[in-house]
Amino acid sequence: MGDPTRLHSHEMAALLRAGETTSRQLTEAHLAVAERQNRALHAWLVIDRQGALEQADAADKRLAKARSEGSDAVAALHPLCGVPVGLKDLVGVKGGQATAGSKILEGYVSPFDSTVAARLREAGAVFLGKLNMDEFAMGSSTEHSAFGPTGNPWDLARVPGGSSGGSAASVAAFHVPVSIGTDTGGSIRQPASLCGIVGMKPTYGRVSRYGIVAFASSLDQIGPFARDVRDAAILLHAVSGHDRRDATSAPVPVPPELLTLPASDDEAASYLKGRRIALPKEYFVAGMEPGVEARVREAVAAMESAGAAVEEVSLPHTEYGLATYYIIAPAECSSNLARYDGVKYGLADRSSGDFIADYLRTRGSGFGPEVKRRIMLGTYALSAGYYDAYYLKAQKVRTLIKQDFDAVWAAGFDAICAPTSPTVAFPMGARMADPVAMYLSDACTLPVNMAGLPGVSIPAGLSDGLPVGLQVIGAPWSELDMLRLARAYEGISARAPWRDVEPAELHLTDDPTTPSPAERKARQANAAATGSGGQA
Amino acid sequence: MVGYHPPMAALSRSDVEHVAHLARLGLTEEELARLEGQLNHILDQYTILQKLDTEHIPPTAQTIELANILRDDAVQPCLSSAEAVANAPERDRDYFVVPAILGGGEGGA
Repeated sequence: MGDPTRLHSHEMAALLRAGETTSRQLTEAHLAVAERQNRALHAWLVIDRQGALEQADAADKRLAKARSEGSDAVAALHPLCGVPVGLKDLVGVKGGQATAGSKILEGYVSPFDSTVAARLREAGAVFLGKLNMDEFAMGSSTEHSAFGPTGNPWDLARVPGGSSGGSAASVAAFHVPVSIGTDTGGSIRQPASLCGIVGMKPTYGRVSRYGIVAFASSLDQIGPFARDVRDAAILLHAVSGHDRRDATSAPVPVPPELLTLPASDDEAASYLKGRRIALPKEYFVAGMEPGVEARVREAVAAMESAGAAVEEVSLPHTEYGLATYYIIAPAECSSNLARYDGVKYGLADRSSGDFIADYLRTRGSGFGPEVKRRIMLGTYALSAGYYDAYYLKAQKVRTLIKQDFDAVWAAGFDAICAPTSPTVAFPMGARMADPVAMYLSDACTLPVNMAGLPGVSIPAGLSDGLPVGLQVIGAPWSELDMLRLARAYEGISARAPWRDVEPAELHLTDDPTTPSPAERKARQANAAATGSGGQA
Repeated sequence: MVGYHPPMAALSRSDVEHVAHLARLGLTEEELARLEGQLNHILDQYTILQKLDTEHIPPTAQTIELANILRDDAVQPCLSSAEAVANAPERDRDYFVVPAILGGGEGGA
């Protein structure tokens, strides 16, 4: 079988069904790597060895029973049965933690399974543990986690992106074949891009958010990370679909073809023939690294050579995206996070005995700097006298941004291709002093959330040894077609040399002398304090 | 001329304190000072939106056209009282203990 951690989940499924390996073997192998490397990578906030092995044994029983019943029973199993998965630490799993990367939720125990967890449980997936993230999913580097930053396995001194940085780093480092993240403005696609893996934000309403810690409710969506497009499609299939517990989940059928994307590269590539791909000129502007632009243009040219028709289009309101998003998302967050009042759950400071003073202290000490910043922005944007100037104005511009995309679909295009992130992974600390610089990380991803569209980031090569992501954006409910297109690009680039390159500093995570991300950050802070400066 | 109230040029320190109180965030002097600068820097980025005339554009609050989601009025399994209060910082049997909000003095409630 070779090293089980290098397998995709669809390869694991074949071996499990044939009885050539067991879920316990796969789970033990992944646990061992995750436990050994987590000090240097800090992708996981908790690794649940005991729970994972219990789920693995249960999956092995299901697999054995199905095998004894015949091929129909085996075929009826979900391909994730027995496969280890990772969950961002805002996904509620009954009896486990869900910190959302915040001190205010430290010690909270989920009293019920989120729908995503319940569906994965039903599929037979094995929960290896919970993954690090920017606090309440607010950030683009995972440096805003209250529990310390995560490293990027391609360069441990750089960020993995965020907010789902742990979900991306764990998959890139082979700790799990797939993981779950959430994306409010790019929090799946941008870390997937920076870690060189596949990450998809589905259409708003595709995946139930019941039992997930909320950030901005008109934008948040759950989605998969994987090391190939087929695995991303399989995980998306497992968690998608209407849920009566989430009124914002849509009664739209989940395509069964998500489970059967072509295994053959040539067959996959043939999907490109006759597809019309739009290239939005506003996404290739100042601030983009030349290496990123080059890889994205090369990828699009390769799709053109394979039979796609590529045309430049204009999404004229792109330049307003950042300001619009950074009014709407903080406004919704300030409302959602009002629930952390120290009464029903979470941190509570009742030391003064005065209601207001305790309330202020609980929230003042429980939330970190970025969350406070966004609560302040949102509260201001919603406050009397400013609602029309900020929030209502932003909602109107949101309409214009959505109409830009609608016009592309009306013109008959199948997809929009663009960079996922304007830059490759940046050094830890580089954007922490300037919130606006951090916000710019999501300039190419957040319009997609505002329009509610599906978008997938797939690896498109390296720039100076660091991964570049290509973003494929589609019309509402077109996930299957977007993944077919992404799989087609995977097919035509299957023999590119960069496809075989593993994260360059992965081997350092096995070295006990490698500093942890938190130690790197502390050294950097010391260096800055003593004036020696420079990036570590 | 655009038909909306133009945003204020800048947030003063007392504005920042007022918003912090509205948001029930207890902030240190250092945090208030830092936020005053950062919030103004972010608000500067918002001024770009004034370039757009949106008077006749309807607002978008959500992107999928779902309306009037109804469910059957049927009994469903739900959390027990004990499970519901299990995470409470302070509880009394199956009740949340809440801080006194009325008046001061003898316990207040």
